[in-house]
Amino acid sequence: MSQQLLLSHHSGTPMYQQIIEQVTAKVMAGDWLPGAMLPSIRELASDSQVSVITVKRAYLELERAGVIVTQQGRGSFVAESQELTKSMLRAQLQQQLDALVVTSKLLGLSARAVQTLISQAWPD
Amino acid sequence: MPNAIKLSGVSKRYSHFALDQIELNLPEGEVMGLVGVNGAGKTTLLRILVGLIYPDAGDVEVLGYSMPKQQAAAKMEIGFASEDMRLYSSMSLRWHLDFVQSIYPGWDESYAQHLLQRFDLKAEQKLLGFSHGQRVKAMLLLILARRPRLLLLDEPTTGLDPVARAEVLEALADVLRDERRSVLFSSHNTHDIEQLCDSISFLHQGRLLATESKDGFLDRWRRILCQGQWPSGAAKLPEIASVRQSGSTLELKAREYSEALLEKLKRLGLQISRVETMSLEDIFIASVRTGVTQ
Repeated sequence: MSQQLLLSHHSGTPMYQQIIEQVTAKVMAGDWLPGAMLPSIRELASDSQVSVITVKRAYLELERAGVIVTQQGRGSFVAESQELTKSMLRAQLQQQLDALVVTSKLLGLSARAVQTLISQAWPD
Repeated sequence: MPNAIKLSGVSKRYSHFALDQIELNLPEGEVMGLVGVNGAGKTTLLRILVGLIYPDAGDVEVLGYSMPKQQAAAKMEIGFASEDMRLYSSMSLRWHLDFVQSIYPGWDESYAQHLLQRFDLKAEQKLLGFSHGQRVKAMLLLILARRPRLLLLDEPTTGLDPVARAEVLEALADVLRDERRSVLFSSHNTHDIEQLCDSISFLHQGRLLATESKDGFLDRWRRILCQGQWPSGAAKLPEIASVRQSGSTLELKAREYSEALLEKLKRLGLQISRVETMSLEDIFIASVRTGVTQ
């Protein structure tokens, strides 16, 4: 499996957040299958040229979100069930929807108008 | 976890400068950045660690060796680089590689070859023709190929062009793979060190202002923009490091941010319009200006 994450030191998104997003995306896309072993914290830090503490923090949060499971002394693995990952993503989507509603109201757009915008933005 | 570096009460006095009561621990396997303006004492501190300067007071322990007493043994396991170190200009890089290899049994020739390629250096070339960036990379190569347990690097990226700087940081990232190897490197620039560091120490006028994990600094500090007037008679809030007022807009820099602090500000009649995280550079400047202590 491709272990490399594509991180940018100049993006506005904090590095640990980028790691969380990319690992989650790889898991959801099936690049990394359930039960697969993740690179060790030090391997990933060295390959991606980020500090060990940053990768540690990302792995901790990924574990908390249920995306990965860490076994003391053995390493970290993609969680067998991705139900928790999905619920985390659903919670994210809900936040984005809430923000969408706020902005739409500021612009005086109706729900119907926003629905049309969403369908237009949706790639076929 | 054992400490790669342990300093307690370390002082060194010169006529115009003093390093004052330095307390510093670097756990094994960690990378620490030492940030300070020119003249803050970074070089003095690093030289004490490698036994080139003897402190007036305090205890210095490096890789379990008491310094400067056991410096000969310690130096076999320390890789130290600073700007004022010179290579022999009439000799080739190959000659230098062989020379260092003859002294240090831990020399890793295949890693040296790998670094030669990565740094784009020619072993047969005489040092005389090297650019500044090539000399810095050659010096680092001579140190890294020994695979020392502790790297002490004084401003390793200063004066490098962006490509050379990226090459040096790539090579330093190799060290992260090994949990027994530690790094302390200094810079006057937070951008150079924040990428690889686990923890950061701010040094200013010979004093250690703060030592903390990188995330610790980023989590605690916030820039808060408010609408309203900073009450001139208000009791000083210890969480606030700096206050700037421009008309009705107020900018606060908080060194101890929390929800409770926002409540306090609201009770002072301020309207909070934005709360932003700060860059390490901003945090460093705010720390130096207010002289915060740990």
